[in-house]
Amino acid sequence: ADIISTVEFNYSGDLLATGDKGGRVVIFQREQENKSRPFSRGEYNVYSTFQSHEPEFDYLKSLEIEEKINKIRWLPQQNAAHFLLSTNDKTIKLWKISERDKRAEGYNLKDEDGRLRDPVRIKELRVPTLKPMDLMVEASPRRIFANAHTYHINSISVNSDYATYLSADDLRINLWHLEITNRSFNIVDIKPANMEELTEVITAAEFHPQQCNVFVYSSSKGTIRLCDMRSSALCDRHSKFFEEPEDPSSRSFFSEIISSISDVKFSHNGRYMMTRDYLSVKVWDLNMENRPVETYQVHEYLRSKLCSLYENDCIFDKFECCWNGLDSTIMTGSYNNFFRMFDRNTRRDTTLEASRESSKSRAILKPRKVCTGGKRKKDEISVDSLDFNKKILHTAWHPTENLIAVAATNNLYLFQDKVN
Amino acid sequence: QDTQEKEKTIPPERAEEAKLKAKYPNLGQKPGGSDFLRKRLQKGQKYFDSGDYNMAKAKVKNKQLPSAGPDKNLVTGDHIPTPQDLPQRKSSLVTSKLAG
Repeated sequence: ADIISTVEFNYSGDLLATGDKGGRVVIFQREQENKSRPFSRGEYNVYSTFQSHEPEFDYLKSLEIEEKINKIRWLPQQNAAHFLLSTNDKTIKLWKISERDKRAEGYNLKDEDGRLRDPVRIKELRVPTLKPMDLMVEASPRRIFANAHTYHINSISVNSDYATYLSADDLRINLWHLEITNRSFNIVDIKPANMEELTEVITAAEFHPQQCNVFVYSSSKGTIRLCDMRSSALCDRHSKFFEEPEDPSSRSFFSEIISSISDVKFSHNGRYMMTRDYLSVKVWDLNMENRPVETYQVHEYLRSKLCSLYENDCIFDKFECCWNGLDSTIMTGSYNNFFRMFDRNTRRDTTLEASRESSKSRAILKPRKVCTGGKRKKDEISVDSLDFNKKILHTAWHPTENLIAVAATNNLYLFQDKVN
Repeated sequence: QDTQEKEKTIPPERAEEAKLKAKYPNLGQKPGGSDFLRKRLQKGQKYFDSGDYNMAKAKVKNKQLPSAGPDKNLVTGDHIPTPQDLPQRKSSLVTSKLAG
C-alpha cells in the first residue's frame, strides 16, 4: 500500500475517498446497517479502486510531474452516479463512479460472448432482456482540466453553486466550470514581475460553503485573504485580510516558517474559518480580521526542537485540519501517529494515537500524553522518543456523525464514538 | 541546573535559532524567505543536456563514461548524465520537504 496523501468523505458520509502517492484513488462505502444487529454501525469496505493520475514528464520544461494525488473533493450527488475531482500537481480530473448491476442478454447480432452471429442463421427477432449480474463499480474520467497551472496545485474547492470550482497553485488561483475543460479564468495572481521579489506563496484556498462569490486563500506568511468575486473579475485585491499581530520581540529565524498556513477550512455554518500552522490551530471569526478568536496549541513542546526539525525537514510538514459536523470540535494530526481533538465549548483537548498496537478492533482508544519536562509519568511519552516519521497529515470527519478517518502513512484508520 | 535556569530567560525559539546559526553560520540573511520559496517552485526540475552528453560520448569512445554515484537522483557538476540515470516512469518521487 502506498502513502495516503488525501482523505475525504462525500456529502452524505456514505463514501470515503483516499488518494495516494502512487496516483491511485480508493473509495470505501459504508455498509447498510444490519437489522439483526441494530446497534452495530455500518462498516466501510472497499467500493472502487482506480488509477487517477500517472507520472509524467514535461519535456519542454524538463519537469517531472508526480502522480501523487494532492486533493480529492466530492461533488454533491445529483443522480445515481457519484462524481469527484482529483488532482495532482498539474492536472485536475473529474471522475464518474457508477454502478452496473444489470446486463443485457439476448442480442440479435451477437452471441453471449460477443462473437458476431452469422446473419444467415438469424431466423427470428428477439428483444434483449436485462438480467441481474454481480455488482460492478466503474470509474471513468469525464473531464480532464489540464495545462492551466505553471506551479504546483495545492488546493481544489467546489463552489456552492455546484457548477464551478477553483484550483490554486503556489502563485495563482483559477476558476473553472465543471463542464468546460478548455478554458479557465484566473482570479488571483500574486506572481511578482520580478521573481527576485517573491516573498510569499499561496498555500491553500477554499470557497465559502454558502456564499458562492466568496473564497479565501492562505499564505506562507501566515495571512489569509478573503475575496469577493462580485467586486472584481481579478481578485488580486482582497476584501478582508486576516493576520494576527506578531510580537516583534519573539521573532526568530523560524518565525515565518512556522507561521506558514498549511490548511484553511471554513466551518460548516460559514461563520468561521480554521487555519493550521506548524504548532497551532486557529479559529477566525470572518467578521474579525485582526486576530483569531480561538487558538489551540497542537504540540507546543516542539518549539524547543525547531533546530532539529529544520534539519530533518519536518518543520515543512503540511498538516491538515477539520471540523466535525456541528462545528463544535476540531481535529488535526501530529507526530508519533498522534492526533489531537479540541472541544470548542468545553475547551478540553484530547490526544489519541492511530496505531495497530493501541487500537484493536472495537477497543476504546486510550488518551495519550506527551511529557514536556521534569519527571515522566508512567504511560507518558517523552518528546525525544516521538517518532517524527510517523506523521498524521490527513484526517477527515464524517459530515453528520462522530466518525473520523485518520491516515497514518500508508494505513487508514476509522474511529467512531462508542455506542452507549 | 545552571544551564536550565539560563535558558529560562531566553525564549526556546531563540535558543533553537542560536543552535542552528552555530551549526550553519552562512544560513540565509533573509529568514524563511526567497530561498525556500524558490526551491518550492522548482520542485520536479530535472536537467539533461543532450549536447554535453553526446560530446562526452564522442570524446570518451573507448573508455567508460563516468557513471552516476550511489545517488542516481543527484546529477550535478562534472558528471554527464546518461539516459539510464534519468528516471524513466517511476512509481514515486522522493523530494525534500523544502520543495513543498
